[in-house]
Formats: sequence, structure tokens, C-alpha cells
Amino acid sequence: MTNRRDFLKLAGLGGVVFASGLSRFAIGADGKHASGAMAEDFYFVQLSDTHWGFSGPPNPEAKSTLKKAVAAVNSLATQPDFVIFTGDLTHTTDDPKERRKRLAEFRDIVAELKVKQVRYIPGEHDASLDKGEAYQEFFGNTHYTFDHKGIHFITLDNVSDPAGRIGDEQLAWLEGDLKALAKDAKIVVFTHRPLFDLYPQWDWATRDGAKAMDLLMPYQNVTVFYGHIHQEHHHMTGHIPHHAAKSLIFPLPVAGSQPKRAPLPWDAAQPFKGLGFREVEADVKPNKFDIKELTIKAS
Amino acid sequence: MVKQQRNLLWLGLVALLGGGMIGAYVFATPTEQVIKINSKKFVFIPNQITLKKGTPVILQFTSEDVMMGFYVPELGLRTDVIPGQVRELRVVPEKIGNFAFVCDVFCGSGHEDMNGMLSVVE
Repeated sequence: MTNRRDFLKLAGLGGVVFASGLSRFAIGADGKHASGAMAEDFYFVQLSDTHWGFSGPPNPEAKSTLKKAVAAVNSLATQPDFVIFTGDLTHTTDDPKERRKRLAEFRDIVAELKVKQVRYIPGEHDASLDKGEAYQEFFGNTHYTFDHKGIHFITLDNVSDPAGRIGDEQLAWLEGDLKALAKDAKIVVFTHRPLFDLYPQWDWATRDGAKAMDLLMPYQNVTVFYGHIHQEHHHMTGHIPHHAAKSLIFPLPVAGSQPKRAPLPWDAAQPFKGLGFREVEADVKPNKFDIKELTIKAS
Repeated sequence: MVKQQRNLLWLGLVALLGGGMIGAYVFATPTEQVIKINSKKFVFIPNQITLKKGTPVILQFTSEDVMMGFYVPELGLRTDVIPGQVRELRVVPEKIGNFAFVCDVFCGSGHEDMNGMLSVVE
């Protein structure tokens, strides 16, 4: 089992999720898919909002930040079972050719990860201008499910529609997927935008996110991890927690704390300030997490 | 010829929503003030709009380049803004204050800067 203290010392960038005690989640009484028989401890790493291709004063180290993140994950004493990037892999561009160039460069950089189980979802910067066409050429479907050691993972695409909607078709797909699960199944949802109205004044919302939450609410053990807002944030919708990850390009201000959602300025005295990583350790009790924040160093 | 669409919103029945606003579609009268709001990457022009409480006004939207969305979350007021079309919202402001508006349709690098303020005064 991973030594948590080693993990804290070595991880340098990004959001890190540590899940433990999964064996507590038993197969549902009705025999439907749930966690259980194969459950064992593991952790995965969540990285978000890398915005490859961005350049500007908010991050003069933009060309090296993603590579540092990859190196930090590779330096973990015990490698995660998988890594997931929760959107805005690249910074947007109007030029389709340049978009593909950025996606290809991103793909090549993260290919250096020791972990070969790497998953992706798009952000609006990757997918909104062409409805996910280029993204899918490189990374496949924009929404999908997978199962790992007793947890059912669901990824939702709320960015390929530039209006920030999941859409009725995908919601129907979600409903169908959930029907196969026991009500006590351990479920993790990955998405880019928040599924709740965090701060619509800054477009921090999913227009039909409430419909997805309505479908998830009957399930007892659901946790949502997302990105988009470039900072740590925690919110409860009833019994369902939502955890936002920090960015790997620049931090954004707290919702409503300033007139515009402009990036927080780079602090030369404290490089990478605000890009520290989040560690979340899942306790054996459903939906209980211990969370710690660490800063990152320039070297 | 530019297709004109009227998406007329009446925002007056404050009491029914506990101080919020409620909308119903009605037609404007010829005498009402029209405020033209043009949008282009990545700005609304104007991005500061001042309205007088209780005075009906028509907000008229156009886009020079790509599809945008005009959204005032606190007032539940929104419309798509589509190139080649004119969209209108009829507003009767009943609540004094400053209400941020935003483009809620991702329109490119700079989308995050596309916002403004709608102010309602006595």
C-alpha cells in the first residue's frame, strides 16, 4: 500500500486523489453491479486545466509546467493505478491546424508518464469550437465509463456543446448506465465544468447540470471531481460532494472576489504559487475525504 | 435581409418570486426605448447598461462574428446572440442593483473576458 507520507513529499503538481478502504463497499443486495469482490486499495492522480499552448504573463513557465507535472507524477514512490486529465488539456485557438498541433504536443508530453493507464476528458478550450472533432481524433470518446477495483467511473462531457450543456442524448445515456448499478455502488464522476451553479456570472456552471444531479441523487456513494475553475473548491449537493482541482497553468480568483475572472498574476518570488497539488484521501466511510494542499517549488 | 426575432420578456411580477423576477412574452410598444447591444469577439458594446426601475426597455442584440450568449444569472435573463439575426429582450426592471452579465456560449480565447454590468437605478 502506498505510503501516504512519501506521496505527500514527492508529488509536485496537480490534483492527487488517494482512495482507500474500498473493500468496505460490498456487492449490492440485488446483485447489480457494485463494488466489492475485487475491491482493493489504490489511488489515482487527477490533473486538470493544463492549457498546453497558452502563453502570457500569468505563467512565464508555461512551456515547462506540464513537463514538471509529468515528472512529479513519475517520481511518486508508488505509481498510481491511473491518471486522469479533467479537461482543458490545451488552450483554445481558432485555427483547426494549430488546435491539432497542440493536442498532438500534449499527447506526446504525457506519453512520458510511467503510468500507461491515462484517461482524458475535454474542456471547453479543447472541444467547444469544433464540437469535439479534433479532440476525438486524439483521445476518443468525450464521455464514457470504466470500472476499476470496485468503483464505477463515469465521465461526462459538458463542453462539446459551446453553451455548456450535457445534452439530452448524453443524459439518456447516463440514465441508462446508472440503471445497471446498485444504489450503494461506489461511483465517481469526472467532468470539466461544475455540475452545479457555482458562479454563473463567470460561466462556472453547466446549463443542464441539475438534470445530471437528479439522476445521480438516488445513489448513495457518488463523488464528483472536476476542473474548469483553476482552484480547489468543495461543495455538497445533498449527499454528493464536488471537488474542483487546481490548474496547471494559472490560478483563477475566488468566485466574485474581483470584477473579472482574470488569472491571478504570476508571483516571481513564489513561482507556481496557486498551482500546488491537492491530495484527497478517501476514508472508509462513503464520501468522506481528508484533503491537504501543498505548494510547489520552482525546481 | 436580416432575420429579426423578437424574444420579448416582461420582468415585472416581482412579488410572485419573493423579490426575484418572472418573465412572460409580450410585444413591445413603439414608444419604448431600444438599447442596441452589439457583440463581437470578445466584448459586448456597450458592456455597461443602466436601466430605470419600472421603465420598460428593449434590449436588442446583434453579433458581428460568432454565436454568443447574453446571460444575466441573477435576473434569469438570457438570449442567444446569433450572427445575421436580431434578438430582443423586453425588460421591465423591478429590482434596483448591479447585475453582472456574461457570455455563456464559449466563443474562443478571450471568452472569459466577455462580460459586463446591468445596473438598475431609481
